[in-house]
Amino acid sequence: MSETPVTITVDGQPVQVPAGSTVLDACTAAGVDTPTICYAPNLTPVNVCRVCVVELEGSRTLVPSCSRRAEAGMAVQTDSERVRHSRKMVLEFLGSAVELDQAPQLDPWMARYGADPGRYGPAPATMDEPLRVQDDLYIRDYDRCVLCYKCVEACGDDAQHTFAIAVAGRGFGARIRTEFDTALPESACVYCGNCVAVCPTNALQFKTEFDLRQAANWRPEEHSVTRTVCSYCGVGCNLELHVQDERIVKVTSPSDHEVTNGHLCIKGRFGWAYVHGGADSDQT
Amino acid sequence: MTDIHLGPDRATEAEAAAIDAVVGASLGPAVLTPSERLVVGGTTRRNERRHLLLPALHALQHTAGWISPGGLNHICDTLQVPPAEAYGVATFYDLFRVDDPGHDRDVLHVCVDPACRIAGAADVIAAARAEGRPVQESPCLGQCERPVACFVQGRGRPDHTPADGDPPLVPQAGDPTLRLLRRVGVVDPTSLEAYIGSGGYRALTRAFTLGTEGVIAELEASKLMGRGGAAFPTGTKWRAVANAPGSPKHIVVNADESEPGTFKDRILLENDPFALIEAVTIAGFATGAARGWIYLRGEYPLVAERLTGALAQARAAGFLGERIARSSFNFDIELRRGAGAYICGEETALFNSLEGFRGEPRQKPPFPVTNGLFDRPTVINNPETLANVLGILLDGAATYAAIGTEGSTGTKLFCLSGRVARPGLYEVPFGATLGDLVDLAGGVTGSGRLRAVLLGGAAGSFVGPEGLSVPLTFEGARAAGVSLGSGVVMVFDDSVDMADVVHRIADFFRHESCGQCVPCRVGTTRQHELLAAPDGPPAGLLEEIDRAMKDASICGLGHTAATAVRSALALGLIGGQP
Repeated sequence: MSETPVTITVDGQPVQVPAGSTVLDACTAAGVDTPTICYAPNLTPVNVCRVCVVELEGSRTLVPSCSRRAEAGMAVQTDSERVRHSRKMVLEFLGSAVELDQAPQLDPWMARYGADPGRYGPAPATMDEPLRVQDDLYIRDYDRCVLCYKCVEACGDDAQHTFAIAVAGRGFGARIRTEFDTALPESACVYCGNCVAVCPTNALQFKTEFDLRQAANWRPEEHSVTRTVCSYCGVGCNLELHVQDERIVKVTSPSDHEVTNGHLCIKGRFGWAYVHGGADSDQT
Repeated sequence: MTDIHLGPDRATEAEAAAIDAVVGASLGPAVLTPSERLVVGGTTRRNERRHLLLPALHALQHTAGWISPGGLNHICDTLQVPPAEAYGVATFYDLFRVDDPGHDRDVLHVCVDPACRIAGAADVIAAARAEGRPVQESPCLGQCERPVACFVQGRGRPDHTPADGDPPLVPQAGDPTLRLLRRVGVVDPTSLEAYIGSGGYRALTRAFTLGTEGVIAELEASKLMGRGGAAFPTGTKWRAVANAPGSPKHIVVNADESEPGTFKDRILLENDPFALIEAVTIAGFATGAARGWIYLRGEYPLVAERLTGALAQARAAGFLGERIARSSFNFDIELRRGAGAYICGEETALFNSLEGFRGEPRQKPPFPVTNGLFDRPTVINNPETLANVLGILLDGAATYAAIGTEGSTGTKLFCLSGRVARPGLYEVPFGATLGDLVDLAGGVTGSGRLRAVLLGGAAGSFVGPEGLSVPLTFEGARAAGVSLGSGVVMVFDDSVDMADVVHRIADFFRHESCGQCVPCRVGTTRQHELLAAPDGPPAGLLEEIDRAMKDASICGLGHTAATAVRSALALGLIGGQP
């Protein structure tokens, strides 16, 4: 396999990246901050949110940088008027349809592109979904869902191969669903929580976080994060224990970890209550 | 052995029998080998079984009247498709419902798109509802020449359209100068013998004589351009597939005709089905493909019946199958029905639909000529494009290229509807003007005063009376900033409520967006909402939405979803704030 590096031009600046890299990789290598929502390093790019689009010389339309392979001689613009406009509109569209107040990573991009989600009239259509609290492990608040497909990918081909959820419906009515909206405990869900880990907008939330938010006591800025190895089996998954008030409130795994790629099973993700002993240890 | 989690519901005997009749026989019991388990991605199963999902859903809907949980479980167990994914597929299509209808009657689908709308669709719907019939409002049903279009979705009975018995509205029928429509109304479409008697299968013989390279060279020399709307050179496409590494290769017919105002493929295929089969066989021969697929829109029951019969006759006579016409060439064609989704006319969405996935378009590149159906090299052509191939081979490329203009060779089918005296399907050499066509159809009716023509369909644009001089060629349309699209010419006189028509077009795109990408999913919705703004639509904001949809959407639906609306604003057909 020949692995000749590829050189492309980003905003006039030549950048060399390894063969097989994406345009997004090249932008990152060039030091350009590119907004992304549906992209994650541990998932196959689905290029649906379109916020990472760039202007590619010779292309009629803008191209999604997350999925487009870098080819020798490409020239892309990441901050042209067309790029800024489409990015602004994508952010505005999402802001007008979806509750984004728990997705603070979008705020700087909203400001950079001047997105104003309020200009679509008094009552634009929104997701308008009921809160789904069906178990003690995680909740689904689809008013916050931007349909980035990440949870579907993590549940399916990219991690868990459980296929408990899929996109159903069409157009503005598209939603993430189990079959016939069956409650999660009766579905194929195995509670690995990998969908929760990849959700960019808190539409999927650990129940611990949800309860603390309900009690106005979710204080992520005070969390300590401790990296450790899961004790349940010999695979060696790394865990990040998020601790607030000396209690574990959330467990994640680093997406660049060679064993997990950020994904865990139910035990590593939710089987921590024994740490605290007492009544909580019966929870799982 | 199964690693698919199924709910407790079981199929009724009737549901199971209907599903098994479509998929069971060809598959046998679902025995999984360890290499086929979902944990390694189920790749084998995807190729071998998943493409049967759409036929299975059709069988269940037809028998049960809905996609019942028990029936869905039976399908998922047989095909080894996860139920959440099958549910996601079923909910993508207008012809499937996932709630119990509570009755066992046929459903009347009534078209509410522009040509039927201005012909009184609302009255037809009200009358049917008053009779207590189950009614579903439908996007364009492809019968715009005979409004108000209706389609009856049968419950345990065959689907049909009430107008199926009427003669085709081809006012030029019998004219000896016709090329594509020459058999319409003249040759019995249900008889292979009649087809052969009228020159059928001579083009295939000619193709065998020319050889694969010779056929492609003729196509290139003819300068035939695709008739589905994109006007891509057909010879270039065939050569790319012939040269592409990878096998098996596929020929796919995009007969998912759903562009509002378009009915040409329906009339062509109802009345000359063997011509399509012959042309697809030639495409298979020229490109080295092993298999042909016809993806037909679900609301064309008579075409399905005619093609099914024609395929069986062709197979029985040795024109399909092994050693076709005593040559060494093996090829067969399968017919698949869509289920009510405009987006499945987009070529990559069509592949996904045919493969048993949601009809969501794929990001291009890669292109179908290298990564098409089942990720293999694929020719995908419109039926009208393929119909042209026969004449090119029979008469030679030079003769063909002498018809029409330098940049647009051959003849073109145009779908005349709306306020004209003789709506129907017309065939003219490229070069006729829009005004010529309106005259050919007997001129403007209603008030008699032309207000606008919708050219190219909902994805096309409105042109005013000053546009009648535009030559209907690819280059002429481009110069005028419009598109021929699929050949739609829908005429509106000045008594039509144009604001209502434009609002409906916006509603159409909102309904038909697949929902995959943000610019189109939300953009089509906001466009539709803003058109109803009390002070008139804000033209500036609509333009901003249009630019984002054009630049950043995945596919052509988003790219063109605002074209008609913006042309209507520019022509003053609807009022707008600056």
